[in-house]
Parts: sequence; structure tokens; C-alpha cells
Amino acid sequence: MAHGPATLADGWGKYLSRWLFTTNHKDIGTLYLWFSFAMFIMGGAFAMVIRAELFQPGMQLIKPEFFNQMTTMHGLVMVFGAIMPAFVGLANWMIPMMIGAPDMALPRMNNLSFWILPFAFAILTSTLFMEGGGPNFGWTFYAPLSTTYAPDTVNYFIFGVHIMGASSIMGSINIIATVMNMRAPGMTYMKMPMFVWTWVITAFLLVAVMPVLAGAVTMMLMDINFGTSFFDAAGGGDPVLFQHIFWFFGHPEVYIIILPAFGVVSHIIPTFSRKPLFGYSSMVYATAAIAFLSFVVWAHHMFTVGMPIAGELYFMYATMLIAVPTGVKVFNWITTMYRGSLTFETPMLFSIAFVILFTFGGFTGMMLSIAAADMQYHDTYFVVAHFHYVMVAGAVFSGTAAVYYWLPKWCGRMYDETMGKVQFWIAFIGFNITFMPQHFLGLAGMPRRYADYGLQFADWNMVSSIGAFMYGGAQILFLFNVIRTIGWGEPTKDPKVWEGAEGLEWTLPTPAPYHTFAKPPTIK
Amino acid sequence: MSVRSGNGPLLAKLVALAAAMFMFAIFVLPPLYDLFCEITGIGGKTDGAYTAVSVEVDTSREIEVQFVATKNATMPWDFYPMEERVIVHPGESREVAFYAQNRTGQDMIGQAIPNVLPNNAADYFHKTECFCFNNQPLLAGETAELALVFIVDPDLPASVNTVTLSYTMFDITDRTAVQISQVQ
Repeated sequence: MAHGPATLADGWGKYLSRWLFTTNHKDIGTLYLWFSFAMFIMGGAFAMVIRAELFQPGMQLIKPEFFNQMTTMHGLVMVFGAIMPAFVGLANWMIPMMIGAPDMALPRMNNLSFWILPFAFAILTSTLFMEGGGPNFGWTFYAPLSTTYAPDTVNYFIFGVHIMGASSIMGSINIIATVMNMRAPGMTYMKMPMFVWTWVITAFLLVAVMPVLAGAVTMMLMDINFGTSFFDAAGGGDPVLFQHIFWFFGHPEVYIIILPAFGVVSHIIPTFSRKPLFGYSSMVYATAAIAFLSFVVWAHHMFTVGMPIAGELYFMYATMLIAVPTGVKVFNWITTMYRGSLTFETPMLFSIAFVILFTFGGFTGMMLSIAAADMQYHDTYFVVAHFHYVMVAGAVFSGTAAVYYWLPKWCGRMYDETMGKVQFWIAFIGFNITFMPQHFLGLAGMPRRYADYGLQFADWNMVSSIGAFMYGGAQILFLFNVIRTIGWGEPTKDPKVWEGAEGLEWTLPTPAPYHTFAKPPTIK
Repeated sequence: MSVRSGNGPLLAKLVALAAAMFMFAIFVLPPLYDLFCEITGIGGKTDGAYTAVSVEVDTSREIEVQFVATKNATMPWDFYPMEERVIVHPGESREVAFYAQNRTGQDMIGQAIPNVLPNNAADYFHKTECFCFNNQPLLAGETAELALVFIVDPDLPASVNTVTLSYTMFDITDRTAVQISQVQ
């Protein structure tokens, strides 16, 4: 039964069929990871266009209309194309190996959920080449900007969102089914690795809110094409309703992005501290608490929309409450490191930077949660800086750490540690040079989403752009290091790879065979 | 792979959950939001036609009612209040008029959407007659004086001395299928 996968030696046809029709969780994980990296490069290229235009005041390189398309597409591609599929890819690779399952529970659906994604993004990206241009209404696509005033290509955007939503829902259902039904004997819920726990909770969030996003774009579709008035005041609708529905999806969405990142870091920090994770059960409960709270705080994204004072206060306090479970997690990671036997390999560096910078982004989030202060911060670069600290230094750093951490397990070859560390320091310094000044710009009143700015903002914008080019360069190094590792890295046969690694996946041979745990292991 | 036997029912439940959330977004959230705004008065949505009940006019209070008329971006009409502000006593019925002219060469239909500020006054601003209860067809070049009869409820919170009634005029010529009667 355990035959190997087709390789290039079997000819192009067989090799291509293997990837097109694969139902193997490792293959699909690999596809997800490569796809997300391609999207990461594309979304990054959009960001480079944005930062190049903002390098100096005035319009230099592109037209304002195209700038709006770039900010919109950067957001959409990074959130839905890069970060989410990256963590689905990690889940596909790691969850069966972590819980002792032979594969995902629904392998054919797994294949489908991946292969519709490239179509979704082909549809979305193709709009850039069409008359009228791509979506230009911001990644939050508020009505009526995205309905009455949208370019005609908005219908492509809507179908793209539908498809990626279907993909996410199928992926999540698969993860839930795998974890609920396919754990090895003895693997009780409270023995599951942290990454599995965070992903199950994330999957439930996805199943609950991706349909709400699909509903929002469906209502847009009907408003635009079929004469309904969900978001059109002329027909008795309300544009503010769009914002409520969008953020009812959008706030859980930010935890969908960050919870798997929490899971990854909860594996890497114990490994390189050579200590078990501190406070495992409190981590599980904190994750569940964050997921629950994410459903009841959405309107803190719209404090300036004109809410009654009671609403502002409720959403302000509820939002601040999220700091409690998040703080539990941060303290647990720090306590795990405390008196540990620490070494600083590349994954550990990225994880420590994650803890520091994510906490920093969390603090600016606390500032934004103060309804009275948010009147000043709303829609400025302070918000841009805040969410890049949690999304880039949070999710992307953690994803990078995960790749370095598990890559030797996946392909049986070590990455170049020096190159990894160089990449880390360029990324870390570049990231902070990019986004730290954006706090200052925002506090000084520079609004987001504009192609030009007042002269008083010129210096920090130039600094920010230089940092962005640095950070972008670090990703090229990352790509090079990964390709070099897969092709020419130093082979390793050690099942554990890392001295301090614990868990079922590290009991398997290195590189991980195509089929694993055909017979379930027994957990003590 | 006997462990996979439980996948069918679980799959059905999760798909049902996703479908239910989709339905929730489209069919439950918008009416729920309207209901919420109606109960709380948030959004300044006013009620429909009001049947006047005889109440004593409270001559001890004077309420300034301001009128604002806005045209939606695509609306080419002239549209403004004939009086910008009136002083009324609570309980007193007052008629005012808005001027509208279709300056284009086409027959058009407009719809005015009201909004009352402050929010806590919305429930106490009653319209016994209003052009906003119906849509407004105007032939090319036609002018009209659109009538509004209103009563400020004597129960208006004591903190409110000024009420602003704003109308936004939308062009609904192309959307006659819409149920206009729902929108006051």
C-alpha cells in the first residue's frame, strides 16, 4: 500500500497528475504553502508599489486610482491569499502527524478546497488588467463605495471572495473532522498539542464567520445587480449595516489569522527552551476565551460611525477584556523561557520577536480600544502600524518560524542557519523601521489610504519606505534559503531534528515518509 | 481506516452550521438591525404616518425645529426647505413645505429619506402628513411644494431644545421595482 508519490523521473504527465489529484495531506500542505508564498510575494510587490509612491510627497510613479487598487489588493491578497492559506498548509502537514492520524478525515474535499483557491485569486487579480481597474475600495469594502461607486469589476471580486470563502469553510470542516474523529487512541483533548488546539478553535471560527462574509458580498451582489437595497438608504437600507456585518466577520477573522500563530509559537518556544510549555491548560482556555470574545467586540472598528455612548462603552470594555486571555498567553510564553536552557536558532529568534512585537501591537490595540482616543486615531497610519505589528510581526513571523522549525522534518535537510539568522535580523530591523514611524505619522494625523501626504509627513514616510524595501529583501533571502535547503541542504536523519523537540511528529523518521501512522500509535 | 466512520454526520452538522450562518447574515441580521434601530431610535429613523391624538399644547416650552435638505450625489433636482427653522410648542401641529424642481429634461421619480437628530428625539417627532411617505414623480422641468405636517410630542425629553430634521432626496427613477412604501 505504501507506494511512493510520482516524481519528475516518472515524466511530466504523471508528476503533474500527482499534484492535481493528490489526496495526501503532506502534498496538499505543500501546495498550500507554496501557493501562500506566491501570494505573499505578489501582495508584497503591491506593498512595494505603495511604499515607492509614498517615498516622497507628491505623485511620482502611479496614478491615485491605481494606488487605491494597490492598497485594496495588498490587503485582500495578504489576508486571504498569503496568511490564511499558509496556516491551512501548516495544519495539513502537521495536524495528522501531531495526533497520530494517517491523513486528513476528508482527503478528496481537501484536494478541492486547495484547488479552487488559485482560481479565486486568478479571478481577483485579473481585474487589475481590466477596463476600470481592480477593486479600489479598501480591503474592508465598505458600501456604498463598493456598491454604488464601485468599478464594474466588483462582480469578479465578489465571486473571488465566494470561492475563497468556500475553500476556507471546506478546509475548516476537514480540520474539525480530523481532530474529532482521527486522534490516535489515548490522545485525549487535553493531551492534544497546542497547535492542534488553536487550529480546532480557529476552524470553528471560520465555519461560523466565513458564511457571514459570503452573505455580505452576496448582499452587495444583489444591491449592485438585482435592485435590492440592503446597504442603500434610497431604498430603505443602511450603509452602516454593511459595516456591522463586515466586522461581525472581520473581528473573528483577525483571530483566525493569529490563533494558529499562537499555536506555532507554543511549540517552538518550549523546544528551544528545553522545557515543557508553561500552563498548557490555561493556554487552551485562553484560546477559547479569545475566540468567544471575538464575536462580541466587532463595533470597536467603527467607533466613529455614530453610536450611542452606551454602545461605545460596551464595545470599549469588551475589547479591553480580550487583553486578559492574551496576557495569559504572553506570560505563559515568557514563563516557559524563564530558567530554560535557551538556544537561539532561527525559529526561536522569530518566535521571541513574535512575542515582543505582538505584545507591542497588542498595546497599541489597547490604545485604539479607548473609544474617546480612537476618535483621533481612527483611519490614520496609527491603525496601519497597529495591525501590521500584529499581522506581520504576529502571523508572518510565526509562519516563517514554523517553516524553519519543520522544514528539516519535511524534507530531511537542514537549512542554512547563518542565512536564516541574517534573514531574521534584516526582517526584524526592516520591519521596525517600516512600521514604527507609522505610529508617529498616525499620531500626527496622517490619514491612511491616500496616495499623497502633507509635507510635514515626508521624513518619516521616507524612513518607512526604506524599511519596507529592507523587509521585502529579507523575503527573497527566505525564498532562496528554502529552495537551497530542499535541493542542496545538509541531509539529516535524526527523527527529532531539534534536541528539545517533543511530540508525535518527532517520533517519525526524517524526512517524514509519504504515508505516516498507517497504524495509529498509542499515547500513554 | 475504520476511525473515519463518524465523518458523515459531523460533516452534515458543520455544513448545516455554515449554511445557517449564511442565512443568518442575509435574512436575520438586516431585519434585526432595523428592529434594533427602531427600538433605540439610533440612526434617526422616524416612524410612519402618525394619527394625531388631542393633547394639550405645552406653551411653556419652545422647541426649535431645523430643516436640512440634501441631495444624493446622483440627484440633479433643486431641493430645499421653504423655511429653514420654525419655533413650535410641543403638541402643536405645524405645516411646512419643501421646494423641489426637476431641472432636467427627463421625467424623474425622487424619494426623500428622513433622519432626525438628536437620536433620542426620533421617537417624539411625529409626522401626520409627509411627502416622504410616497415617492415624488416630477415631470421634466416641473416644480412642486412638498408638504410636511408634524407634531412634536410633549413627552420630548427635557434636555432636547432643538430638533433637526434632515431629508436626503434620492433618484429612484430606475428602481421602480423597489417597495417605496417601506421606506419612510
